[in-house]
Amino acid sequence: MNTLPFTPPGKKNSGDSVVNGVDLSVNFAGIKAPNPFWLASAPPTDKAYNVVRAYEAGWGGVVWKTLGEEPPAVNVSSRYSAHYGKNREVIGFNNIELITDRSLEVNLQEITQVKKDWPDRALIVSIMVPCVEEAWAYILPLVEATGADGIELNLGCPHGMPERGMGAAVGQNPDLIEKVTYWCKKHYSKPVIVKLTPNITDIRVGAQAALRGGADAVSLINTINSITSIDLDNMVAKPTVGHQSTHGGYCGSAVKPIALNMVAEIARDPATPTLPISGIGGIATWRDAAEFIALGAGSVQVCTAAMLNGFRIVEEMKDGLSRWMAEKGYDSIDAFSRKAVPQTTDWKHLDINFKTIAHIDQDLCIECGRCYIACEDTSHQSIAKLTEEGARRYEVIEEECVGCNLCQITCPVENCITMVPQETGKPFLAWDNDPRNPFRVAS
Amino acid sequence: MTHPLDYLPSAKEVGTYDPDTLTNNFSDLHPPLTQRQAMIESQRCLYCFDAPCVEACPSDIDIPSFIRQISENNINGAAETILEANILGGSCARVCPTEILCERSCVRNHDAECQPVLIGLLQRHATDHMHFEQHPFKRAASTGRHIAVVGAGPAGLSCAHRLAMLGHQVTIFEAEQKPGGLNEYGIARYKMTDDFARKEVAFLLEIGGINIQYGQRLGDNLELATLRQKYDSVFLGLGLGTSRALGLTGEDAPGLMPAVDYIKTLRQTDDLGILPVAKRCIVIGAGNTAIDMATQMARLGATEVTLVYRRGVEAMPATHHEQEIAKTNGVRMITWAQPDEILLDSQGHVAGMRFAKTHEQAGRLAPTGETFEVAADAIFKAIGQGFDSASLRDPTAAQLARDGERIQVDEMLRTSLPDVYAGGDCIKPGQDLTVQAVQHGKLAAHAIHQALAAKQEAA
Repeated sequence: MNTLPFTPPGKKNSGDSVVNGVDLSVNFAGIKAPNPFWLASAPPTDKAYNVVRAYEAGWGGVVWKTLGEEPPAVNVSSRYSAHYGKNREVIGFNNIELITDRSLEVNLQEITQVKKDWPDRALIVSIMVPCVEEAWAYILPLVEATGADGIELNLGCPHGMPERGMGAAVGQNPDLIEKVTYWCKKHYSKPVIVKLTPNITDIRVGAQAALRGGADAVSLINTINSITSIDLDNMVAKPTVGHQSTHGGYCGSAVKPIALNMVAEIARDPATPTLPISGIGGIATWRDAAEFIALGAGSVQVCTAAMLNGFRIVEEMKDGLSRWMAEKGYDSIDAFSRKAVPQTTDWKHLDINFKTIAHIDQDLCIECGRCYIACEDTSHQSIAKLTEEGARRYEVIEEECVGCNLCQITCPVENCITMVPQETGKPFLAWDNDPRNPFRVAS
Repeated sequence: MTHPLDYLPSAKEVGTYDPDTLTNNFSDLHPPLTQRQAMIESQRCLYCFDAPCVEACPSDIDIPSFIRQISENNINGAAETILEANILGGSCARVCPTEILCERSCVRNHDAECQPVLIGLLQRHATDHMHFEQHPFKRAASTGRHIAVVGAGPAGLSCAHRLAMLGHQVTIFEAEQKPGGLNEYGIARYKMTDDFARKEVAFLLEIGGINIQYGQRLGDNLELATLRQKYDSVFLGLGLGTSRALGLTGEDAPGLMPAVDYIKTLRQTDDLGILPVAKRCIVIGAGNTAIDMATQMARLGATEVTLVYRRGVEAMPATHHEQEIAKTNGVRMITWAQPDEILLDSQGHVAGMRFAKTHEQAGRLAPTGETFEVAADAIFKAIGQGFDSASLRDPTAAQLARDGERIQVDEMLRTSLPDVYAGGDCIKPGQDLTVQAVQHGKLAAHAIHQALAAKQEAA
């Protein structure tokens, strides 16, 4: 036996809410957790073994992988696939796994025990049963008896379950969202979080329906319908099951921008201005988390990053977030939550008189010419290519530059190209009031 | 070829001989990249526009393009990009001094970019792993023209391949019994392993339309007049056939020989163990041949290898990278000293050399008056190759205008004689680089093609 009789010093995997002198605790729609980092309902939260390891690693909460009706779901072999970046880093991740394939009884027993052993951590149970009240009326008291802190309605699973009238099949129908939420509030006394599917045209409709049904919070996004790649030798998509494949649910870094926008849409919707949001979608670092919180999230849920790196990543997330908060003087998650929401607006409200232009720092420039060819071929021909004593030199033609940012984006050197706001002497002018707008609003 | 050293012990007889160690000593100096390494390295390329590395490549390879093809796992595409600019891209990947060419101009040399993209190794990756069912380049419709190429070295082979591609028939006249020139005979064994030079030529010849006649030496059994008469054009890729002399008494003594002759034998032998080894030896010179010689002698089992150069380290023609190879192989370097006298033992064999210390005086090299001696069993001279004037002794060849000892050409690689072109080390503008020779051959082929087409129109 090599088990040490004591916890080695230096391990920081505690559930302490104060990290680097900053309080990371959250009270999300009545659910308390020592930090906002929760594991999303997914394979990592399928059973007590994983969940306990996650708590040991320091995660503030866990959404237990979706429970369903008996008999349990049956999964296929070959379940995940990835969209890779140039250096084999996983940009996006795709899965075709269904809800839990373990019995309801075993899951409920484990949930009860885990909650008993880890009272300070958030434990939320994800549920998906058919769209009839009896089904919910049956399972909800069983879940309530476990002592878990709340439930999350899986109305977003995009693969397999919709074919059976569940998951996204419900989440894509606002009336059903409202109805199911209502049943849950009726048969369950603790907080109800409605998990929304992004496979719709307007995320706000689902959030509004959840609120009408009495939801305490929403969480988003669930995964996006996806096919990551095709095996061109065998002409079949991945993951390949035998000689076939099917679409799955997309997650990981690639979906973060989509998720951020959907979170912001709900946060700034006058119909749901205070509805708590648990942000999900491509969160892998403390910075990702901070961005979701700044745009309206009260907690964040992580899955793909943990699946790719293990539960230990929460350490760096907590450490990084708390140091950044201390530096900025934010003493709680609430202190910066929603701070970026007011500045997120419709295009028509933007200042049409604002002007920014590119500036190239010649000392940092490595003369790769990427900015030049990008601007020359595809934008505004605003960068001049000069040759001075055999050396290349690229200069911005300021009068031509429209401030599109493309050169800055294509530049491989950080801070070499900066966008410099210009003093125009013109007042703030939104398109709504612009004389050039034929449909302008008289000011 | 190593007969001046015949009385010396063989590699088998010196030190603790172990055939496996010896074989290992002459295996790949720089192991190729693995698939994974090549993928990672290819991602480092910034895909520069109007890239500086391309400007620095004497053979105009579109480097960003082939690296991007590697990164997209399109190895055949990458290889074709390389080969269409440089049909000997495989050997150039091995022997090019990339540290003074493409890699020196890589923008990733700048601060905070760590190091240049390993262009040479990526080029090798592409050319090592290409797999074509058929030769990737097709011949144009036959022009009915027949061109003579003298020399099957990099310049001649490159010229022949491009001419064949353009639809011409080519006959190559080669003095040796094998093609490849310095790739076959002159490059250090650990830089060109596994019979690569021969395989590369075999690949090149797959295009068809090229016939090689061996044992044909200009100035010996071949005359320029005959070639001009029988063929539509002639390309001379003669190389530099003679080793420069030290100009000292006893230069023909047993124990003293040109480094290139020894390297030629070393490259061709099937059994490294039978090569004569000088336990203590001196190499005169500081070019890549001197480095190759010194390093290979150390790897064969010599215990004291001394490289002597008449100027300072900064003036050495061998690149810093090459110098490091020699140093890590235990080669001692003495600078600011020039040969003064060959020392012989009682049997007339080389016993060492006396050197005169040198310094620079008013920009000129001069002896300081001090001398010192280095004991050695053999001396290898690697003070440069010279033009073999004997090759141009027939009356027609003798008319060729020269620039110094080398053949004079214009920017179209045309010599002073109509329809005679030249390229590679035998012409003046050459940098004595394989890649430069390949470029000369390619450009000359286009010049020949253009001239013949113009003639056709005029007719």
